[in-house]
Amino acid sequence: MELKTIQTLQVPVRYFEAGSGVPLVYLHGAFGLLAGDPFLDLLARHYHVFAPLLPGYGDSEECPGLRDMLDVTLHGWDVVDALGLADPILVGHSMGGMIAAEMAAVAPHQVSRLGLIAPCGLWLDQSPIPDLFSLMPYEYPRYLFHDEAMGTALMTSGLALDDWEWLKSFLVANARQLGMAGKILFPIPERGLSQRLPRIRARVVLVWGESDRFVPPAYGQAFQQKIAGAALVSIPEAGHMAIWEQPEQVLAALARL
Amino acid sequence: MRFTWFNLMPWPYLPDDFRQTHRSVWVDIDSRLFDPAASHAVYNSYLDLLEYAGTLGFDGIGINEHHQNGYGIMPSPNLIAAALARRTSDAALVVLGNSIALYNPPIRVAEEFAMLDCISGGRLVAGFPVGTSMDTNYCYGQIPALTREKYQEAHDLILRAWRHPDPFAFNGRWTKLRHVNIWPRPIQQPNPPIHIPGGGSLETYDFCIDNTYSYSYLSFSGYIRAKALLQGYWDRVTARNAPDTSPYRAGFAQTICVAETDAEAERLYAEHVSYFYNRCLHVFPGFADAPGYRTIRTIQSGALSQYAPPTGGYASLTWKDLTEGGHVIAGSPETVRQRMEALIETLHVGNIFCIFQVGNMPADKCMYSTKLFAERVMPALRGFFPEHADDGRFWCKKLERRRAPGSLPDEAELRARLGIEAGSWN
Repeated sequence: MELKTIQTLQVPVRYFEAGSGVPLVYLHGAFGLLAGDPFLDLLARHYHVFAPLLPGYGDSEECPGLRDMLDVTLHGWDVVDALGLADPILVGHSMGGMIAAEMAAVAPHQVSRLGLIAPCGLWLDQSPIPDLFSLMPYEYPRYLFHDEAMGTALMTSGLALDDWEWLKSFLVANARQLGMAGKILFPIPERGLSQRLPRIRARVVLVWGESDRFVPPAYGQAFQQKIAGAALVSIPEAGHMAIWEQPEQVLAALARL
Repeated sequence: MRFTWFNLMPWPYLPDDFRQTHRSVWVDIDSRLFDPAASHAVYNSYLDLLEYAGTLGFDGIGINEHHQNGYGIMPSPNLIAAALARRTSDAALVVLGNSIALYNPPIRVAEEFAMLDCISGGRLVAGFPVGTSMDTNYCYGQIPALTREKYQEAHDLILRAWRHPDPFAFNGRWTKLRHVNIWPRPIQQPNPPIHIPGGGSLETYDFCIDNTYSYSYLSFSGYIRAKALLQGYWDRVTARNAPDTSPYRAGFAQTICVAETDAEAERLYAEHVSYFYNRCLHVFPGFADAPGYRTIRTIQSGALSQYAPPTGGYASLTWKDLTEGGHVIAGSPETVRQRMEALIETLHVGNIFCIFQVGNMPADKCMYSTKLFAERVMPALRGFFPEHADDGRFWCKKLERRRAPGSLPDEAELRARLGIEAGSWN
């Protein structure tokens, strides 16, 4: 998987590119993307994958000009344009799903296939989404994984909270990444998408882990109700990180696009 | 030297097992621990103490703003300041301050501070904190990475509203106003002195230096641990070519407990200090610092490591640790004087925000400690920085003739003055 840079209207954007075939743009969640992400590798075996990093993620440049949902949505289209893609399959996970849905809603004629994996963007009082921004790292696994023990092993390897230098680099990465995410997710991950969802004209597959304790499955139904003809695929033994826990099943669901 | 008697207004009835049974004193503190009927006495006692301090020669009495917080039951410091403006006559009203990014529109702050300045006869010292992440982000929902931008805009609007004599249009990103024309206007022109509480952000250092605002470090970890942070500030003052290094460019908050002897101080105050450090500072770490709230530059500077809680947290600190480590300056007047001198010299600060009301300390002990300080410590510290004695840039400029509250004429005089016959109005 190759990490490249492309200049967009406002900021150079880092993106992973791999595979061949039908172009697919993958928008990551709030925790970002690492080289060697197993789900990305799997996607690349079937599609020509482009996975841009939101500014501030990984080693990419921050973009103070991105302040709100509209800025981020239009930036998403700037990236697609810069990559020279026309009507790629658009897929997003979690925060990336929220951005992808917004992109499809503001430009309904420019996207015909949309995959939303446990997207944020709606708010249901009866199923509140936990406050990502006040969770301690040790609390992540219980919200993000069906199998908490496996999630803990995945997420806490390499943590060295007693080492100031390590902590500093962690805090810097966190400030850059979640600082950016906060512009569209803090304090409530909802920016009016609900009233825009009916504008979407794409074929839509919604993919949800049955044990998602972060964005609970009730949100899948809420999305489905707002998007005409959207399919909702529930994946057993998977949480919010269904892309890591059941990647083959997520892939199979996206294949319906 | 300028001494401000500062009251955080802690809630004094957190249970003994608070640390074990509750995760945080701030943000999601259990509302059932607040007893509104009991708060009636608490608030009035705290106001009494502030007023008492105002009679003992303190230069100022100080308050601040916190939300959903068990050690600060003062979400609206301006309400408290209004009460104090009427019941005190001489001390500066140091409001440290209003978290200006939280007021919508921010001219509300310009208006309320102007009212306070007018009512008090020019006694306002205005504080403009960015606000803690707990208050600003977690309680009041501001987006962390955009908080500073919003703060900066609010600051610019407030200052312009105070200084500009004619109506103007303000087209900000966060606030758009067609007719800015605040009414009333502050007595102190062009604006009341401004203090900026900060916690080590480089941006705040520069902001203070460039605008001639006083930088105040309100920590609970005492003067010894604050040295590196304030040295960072003074280094910055030099690096930015400020015209002087007046100690009044900086302020520092210090917890102080005075008794007749060191042993008596421990006997009288140890339990209340323990209450504060054990229960009041029990903040869930997830609320400490929303990602994006601090700039990358500040995190990378390493400033944060210096005021991180000690390993094991404050709860493990004993009276001996807290006093020897300088978290708390406590003891006889002589001991406290020596340590205060060390504080003033070490940090080079002219404004001291003295915290005498500690945790659940009852009013009588607080009065005793306050009075001993005022009479037997404060006078001995007045002689510092004689070369800057005339530096009035960072302090209020009171009206010379101020009207005392309750100065309506009595009714008999009024009848005589108005020519109203006795009997027609009783």
